Amino acid sequence: MYAYDELDRTLINERVSEFRDQVKRRLSGELTEDEFKILRLQNGVYLQLHAYMFRVAIPYGTLSSKQLRRLAHVARRYDRGYGHFTTRQNIQFNWIKLAELPDALAELADVGIHAMQTSGNNMRNVTSDQWAGVAPGEVEDPRIWSEILRQHTTLHPEFSFLPRKFKIAITASEHDRAAIKIHDIGLRLHKNADGETGFEVLVGGGLGRTPFIAKTIKPFVHGRDILSYVEAILRVYNQYGRRDNIYKARIKILVHELGIEKFAREVEEEWKLMGDVGLTLDHSAIEEVRSRFSYPAYEKLPHMPDELKQAAADPLFERWRKNSVAPHKVQGYSIVTLSLKPVGGPPGDATADQMDAVADLADKYSFGEIRVGHEQNLALPHVAKRDLPQLWRALDRLGLATPNVNLVTDIIACPGLDYCSLANARSIPIAQELTRRFANHDTADMIGRLHINISGCINACGHHHVGHIGILGVEKNGEEFYQITIGGRADENAQMGVLIGPAVPYAEVADVIEDIVEAYLALRDRPEELFVDTVKRLGVEPFKERVYATR
Amino acid sequence: MTSPLEQKKIRITGPSVVTANRTWDGAVVYRTADRGWSTALADAAIVGTSDDARALLAEGVADDVGAVGAYIAPVEVKEGGVIKPGNLREHIRSKGLTIDLLPA
Repeated sequence: MYAYDELDRTLINERVSEFRDQVKRRLSGELTEDEFKILRLQNGVYLQLHAYMFRVAIPYGTLSSKQLRRLAHVARRYDRGYGHFTTRQNIQFNWIKLAELPDALAELADVGIHAMQTSGNNMRNVTSDQWAGVAPGEVEDPRIWSEILRQHTTLHPEFSFLPRKFKIAITASEHDRAAIKIHDIGLRLHKNADGETGFEVLVGGGLGRTPFIAKTIKPFVHGRDILSYVEAILRVYNQYGRRDNIYKARIKILVHELGIEKFAREVEEEWKLMGDVGLTLDHSAIEEVRSRFSYPAYEKLPHMPDELKQAAADPLFERWRKNSVAPHKVQGYSIVTLSLKPVGGPPGDATADQMDAVADLADKYSFGEIRVGHEQNLALPHVAKRDLPQLWRALDRLGLATPNVNLVTDIIACPGLDYCSLANARSIPIAQELTRRFANHDTADMIGRLHINISGCINACGHHHVGHIGILGVEKNGEEFYQITIGGRADENAQMGVLIGPAVPYAEVADVIEDIVEAYLALRDRPEELFVDTVKRLGVEPFKERVYATR
Repeated sequence: MTSPLEQKKIRITGPSVVTANRTWDGAVVYRTADRGWSTALADAAIVGTSDDARALLAEGVADDVGAVGAYIAPVEVKEGGVIKPGNLREHIRSKGLTIDLLPA
């Protein structure tokens, strides 16, 4: 966990006071909506179909049990008893009242939570691997660098009025769980030949109506230089990025139009021109941030405790363990993913009661720490293996032990037309129907790893482009239709999915997905060949034929 | 579907209402004939011509303290004068979520 210092606390509290005054002036009519809109967006407040939506930042997806309990309280006291975890490791409340928002914000500020830079044309929440600091083989904890960037960019004037929103993600593992290649800047922490820590810097990734995979502009930037290098990128973006057309304003468009080589040269020249602007991180500055992260006092525990051996006789426990429990860097411990994708439930939603219960379980089994992943699940990052059977029983009672992590029912979905004012079509009921179709865990296990991502509009909050199967809601003559892509992925081999054919109506989507999955099962050359690899080997044609031959 | 908040040209082809979100709590509201807002679609003022729609919208937009993001939305007027939302988006705004919040 990162412990906020007095400066952080003062900043957050001052922000609450400012926003309270802004809301008061808005409700009295002193501020018009046009004047107020940019202010509310700077505090994570959107206006959606039914109500205001309040997006709260969870920096790099790390929460304490105390913070999660407070989020539960906000859900219960100010909303309708639940929250929605997002693909950028944030949480959204869907029914909040503007008049009560300052109070909610103040209650969150008490535990070091805020909503700064969760919306608007600024540097958004810096995201990271939800297993940061505990994943075996990690170069080092990427959250330290996420926090350094967070501190530098928060309320920074150069980053507060950008041409468009700007997103950074950081990974420090071989396997990219932070989807860095679909971010404006992706940073991959690694060591150079001299053993020094630094970053491969990728720029220009993003989804939306013009999707691009980020490209590397510099294979190694020393850690001490990362702030100045990121600033050089932002300066080039600020200088050349388009402000005349919202659809062409993201950095990915600039990178595409300039070409990656020219963009890289521009950044390099800007970086040299900047010279020493006081952004070089000396060792003590990095260590100061590092020292504010606390790590558990792990016990020395056996690799295979008796409790785990005994529990292995229970096939339900074993199914869950194999699916939801991952290796930890410390012997005797595990990382446990809590699926927020129950059969028939809205993906990524958690009730206030579930949040409170998870906070209690985190205290009991995970040193009081919880993580949020971009796949819209939670994780307990420090669970002793001996405690896994007890934890499983508790999670099962809460509906949080669905053994479907990374399987066909672990669906990423945006709120869609049920909530969102931008959406063309619904996402959640499509996801719910798919989870019912594939509810049988044996079937899901047999299918293997398969990511279905659903967006209700081209803005792609559900990351449909990079789903192994992507589903995009569109509108045709007032009816909901869905375009289907296959072969996308968001990991270290990220690529966009390929459209398989004409959009299909709402009522046929689940049938089409079943057809695609059945085609895969018939086409894969062995059970271990993942869906996405079969698509890579054979292309989309066999799937297209299966779906459209009878339609 | 372009967001109705981006409506530029106003040309209606059937009965319509002006809808918005109430400023203090964001609730869905409809412009009424007595220059107020109501959370009930049944209370909405119905317009049938583009000129009337423009006038009702202008009136709604002017009440910036009462409601936010006013726009014109289609409705259907059923037998007995019952007003129904004219598209899925407005159906969801009027009737609420189409989903189960709890697993089923």
